[in-house]
This record gives sequence, C-alpha cells and structure tokens, in this order.
Amino acid sequence: MVMQEERTMEPQTTPGPATRGIVVQKLNAWYGPLQALRDVSLTILPNRVTSVIGPSGCGKSTFIRCLNRMHEVVPGARVQGKVLLDGEDIYAPGVDPVRVRRRVGMVFQRPNPFPTMSVFDNVAAGLRLNGLRRPGQMSDAVERALQQAALWDEVKDKLKQSGSALSGGQQQRLCIARALAVQPEVLLMDEPCSALDPVATSRIEDLVRALKERYTIVIVTHNMQQAARVSDMTAFLLMGDDRAGELIEYGQTRQMFTNPRDERTEAYITGRFG
Amino acid sequence: MARAPHPQEVHAPVWWWRARFRRPASPGDWVFQTIALLAALSLVGLLVAMTLYLLNAAWPAVTRFGLGFLTSSTWDPVQEVFGALPAVYGTLLTSAIAMLVAIPVSLGVAIFLAELAPPWLRAPASFLVEMLAAIPSVVLGLWGLFVMVPVIRDPVERWLGSSLGFLPLFQGPPFGVGFLAGGLILAIMALPIITAVARDTLAAVPSSQREAMLALGATRWEAISRAVLPYARSGIVAAGILGLGRALGETMAVTMVIGNGYQVTARLFAPGNTMASKIATEFNEASGDLYIGSLVELALVLFAITLMVNVVGRLLVRWTVAKARVGGQ
Repeated sequence: MVMQEERTMEPQTTPGPATRGIVVQKLNAWYGPLQALRDVSLTILPNRVTSVIGPSGCGKSTFIRCLNRMHEVVPGARVQGKVLLDGEDIYAPGVDPVRVRRRVGMVFQRPNPFPTMSVFDNVAAGLRLNGLRRPGQMSDAVERALQQAALWDEVKDKLKQSGSALSGGQQQRLCIARALAVQPEVLLMDEPCSALDPVATSRIEDLVRALKERYTIVIVTHNMQQAARVSDMTAFLLMGDDRAGELIEYGQTRQMFTNPRDERTEAYITGRFG
Repeated sequence: MARAPHPQEVHAPVWWWRARFRRPASPGDWVFQTIALLAALSLVGLLVAMTLYLLNAAWPAVTRFGLGFLTSSTWDPVQEVFGALPAVYGTLLTSAIAMLVAIPVSLGVAIFLAELAPPWLRAPASFLVEMLAAIPSVVLGLWGLFVMVPVIRDPVERWLGSSLGFLPLFQGPPFGVGFLAGGLILAIMALPIITAVARDTLAAVPSSQREAMLALGATRWEAISRAVLPYARSGIVAAGILGLGRALGETMAVTMVIGNGYQVTARLFAPGNTMASKIATEFNEASGDLYIGSLVELALVLFAITLMVNVVGRLLVRWTVAKARVGGQ
C-alpha cells in the first residue's frame, strides 16, 4: 500500500530511470594489491535513499568512495568498471574528478568542519571553490544550505563563530550544509551518525528523509535499524574468501528486512554474525 | 573565560612540595625525586649565573655609555668610544633577508615532501634536507666565501644594480661580501629547521580535512591552500620562529661572508657586521675593561633579542592555537 502511494508520486519527481540516478557496472576496487570490491553492479534510483549495509571491512565505505572518485585519493588505490552518473561514465578517460565531486557531495564518518573557518565560511567553502564572489548571492546560498540541513535556526546568530564550537550533531549538520551548498545531485553519507548520540542521530535521520525530495542519497551504515528507518533501497555487501567485498543482495528495504532472498542476508540482519 | 580557581591550585607549589617531599612513599623515590629536582634547578642556576656574569663583565660599558650604546654608530677602540647600532641593524637586516628567502622556499619544500612527493621519494628527500643542517657552520661559511660570494657579486648584484638600481636597496658597488651574502647564507642555514618543522606539521593534519575539501570539488592545490595550510598555520608560524632564532644567533658562516663593515645603510651590497660576527671578529684582540665590556654588552643585547623573539613566538603560537579552538570543547 505504502509503496503504491509512493509510486503514484514518482512521475512528479523523477523524469525517467534511464537518465537520472547512478548505474554501477562491474565495479572493482583495490588498495595496492588488496582487492576491496569485486564485480559490484547495481542501479541507484534518483530521489531515493539507498543504504549500504554489511559487516566491518566488507567494502561499504570503499563502495561509496568510488561513486565520487574519492577512492583514488588514497595512495595506491585504483578502480575498474563503470559508474554512470546520469548516463555518463565518471571513470571515462578525460573526466575530471574535480567536476565529478562537485556533482556528488559527501559527508564523512566523523564531523570534519574546517576549524579555522567560521560557520558561514564552512558552508561557503564549496561555493568559493566554484568562484561565487557576490556577497549577496553568497549569504543567500549559505542560508539556504543551512536551512536545508535544519541548522539555520540554531546557528543564525553565531555565523561568525568557529565551526568547531558547535556540538557534534550540529557539526555533522554543518558538514551536510557544506555539501549541500554547492547543490550536488547526489549526497553520499559514510556512517554519518557513528560518532553521534541518539538524539543527534535521530535529527540526522529526519534530515535524510526530508532531503530525498531534492537529492539522491546513498548512506553507509553499520546500524541495521537505521537502514530500515531511513532507506527505500538496501544493498548488502559481504567479504568473499579473499576479503574482497561482494554485493550479496540488493532490493527494496522493506522486502529485504522482512523476506530476504539470500540466506546470508537473513543471517546478517537477524544478528547471527557481523 | 575566567573560572574560579580550585583551592588546590592556589597553593599548588605548597601542595606539590608536600605531596612529594614530606612523606616519601619509599626512600628510592625520594632520592630519585631529589636528584631530578636538583638537575632542574641547576639549569635555572646556570642561566642566572651566566646572565649575572655577562652583566658584571659588561658593567663598565653599561655605566659609561648608558642607552646611548644602542643608538650610536661609532666603534672606535683607539678612542674607546663604542656604539652597537650597526651591529644590531646588521643582525636584524640579515635575519630579515634570511626569513624572506627561507620561509617561502621551506614552505614549498615542506608542501612537496608532505603532500605531493611520491612515497618512495619522501624519506630520501627529507634526509637530504636534514643533512643540510648537519653541515658545520664553518664549512658552509667557506663554501659561501669561495663559491657563493663570487656568484652574488656577478651576476646577481650586477643584475640587481642595473635593473632595480633605482631602489636604495640595490645601489652602490657590488662587493659580493655584505648584508645580502650574510642574509643568504643564513637562509640556507635556517632552511632545514623550518622545512622539517613545517613538514611535520603538515603531515599531522588529519586526512579528513584534506578529504573534506577535495569532496567539495577542490583541486589538489585548493585542498592544500584552503584546508591543509590554514589547519597547520600555528605550526608553520612556530617553524618560522625557530628558523629566526637560528638566524639571529648564527655566527661563524655570517662572519665569513658579511665583509666586516660597520655601518647603518639600506644598501644590501655593502659590507656590514652582525652582533654575533662583531663579537667573534674582535674578542681575541680586545683589551681594556671598556672594550671587552662593550663586546659583552653586545652579547647581552643579542641574548635579549633572541629571548624576546622566542617569547613572542611562543605567545603567537599559543594565541593562534587558542583562536583555532574558540569556545572549543
């Protein structure tokens, strides 16, 4: 019933599955000689929250770092396969990773605001990289981003304070605002709540549900309840024999948590390992 | 933010003393603590004794010239009239030249070593930079005199004189030896320490800072200049101060290339002296309480300036660190 209601809303927000969203084809990733991901293929739907779950070390973080070409920032890391963002392969020769990252924003495991910058400058950092200079436009964009991140009311009187003066949960929402300010199409979140308390966690989860109206969201989490609460689709990764991560199952979150197709998925979500 | 001090803090020294010395936990502990305390005190004692000795030896000059010692440019052992201004000026000028050259170069090398160099190159390149610090001062001075100074005379000074000669800085005959040569040799000597400290500071910047900027769509250079360098700025300031400390006090190599003049002039090609080089040049032949006293007073002034630089440097570091943590957790 619920899924059907969502379907009827789909045409308004989604022009067509073939053009928007992310199509991952036979993605392999290595750290030096160690393979971290093997042959991962899936399609991430636009304006949906997709969660990536699995035990520690199964390649969840590596997977989403491949979606905005952050994986290759680590020395010795390399990637093989295709990641089509709106139909265009981000690993095609001649594609500038800097441009990819402007379209695919990222929020990290631990809040990492720039400590030497004010709250305002933290949010403006990405806009300044894009060469936005006019002060009026800048403050509008910063306010919009902070409002989207549900942080504006808490920080509007302390925009000039250091970003590191905020609480942990506020810092993480500041990092979300910073990523949203450049108006990306996709937002990647790498265990965004793992360093936060339950109250701050639930605020971030509310935010994730609200943000999918405008953004495609991929969230890595080690917390299965969180995946069940926030996501529409779930991907389950597991280490193979050589410790390389493989995609075991991918489907609608509801179906996966109530009636998984693969017995390893069932074992994991019922807490028999991991 | 001021907070009410804990009672224990008010009497901290007393409390500390009692906790350690009134009721020793074991005799071994007591002996060890006493030895450590004496060692610490002897260091303070040495510093005080040295200052007192210097003051005592300098006293004839201090009483004779007063504050005029710092403003006079005459240094005449025959008439026994001594003034320190040209030496103070020489020290400050050569150190300024050294910092102007060494800080950008060191920062560039440090950024290369910490951020850009391929991993296999980092260790050997760092090692080479640190080896530069191991070259004895006198060896560097000899190299400076026979290799660097001729190059500075021609083409460097000739070219500067003909193209930028309208500035007072680059007027006058190109001697080769002089303030410019002194400043450049100091730059070479300050480079390893500034580079090493700056590199360590940059390497200590968490990768999450770098990645945060990269993930916003920054180029490598933007990530370094907008995230890494600001994060590391207090350490970079500290590196500069350490380099300045080295440059102010350095003696042998400067003495060999600065040309032994004694003047206050804007002309960088002119021969001059620093406080350290003046002392090194003349201490052997100084006779009479006033002459010796004047040299020792020069040493005291140098001591005071380096002390001031270190204090200001430390305050600056503490201030920038505190500012980075405004209202911190």
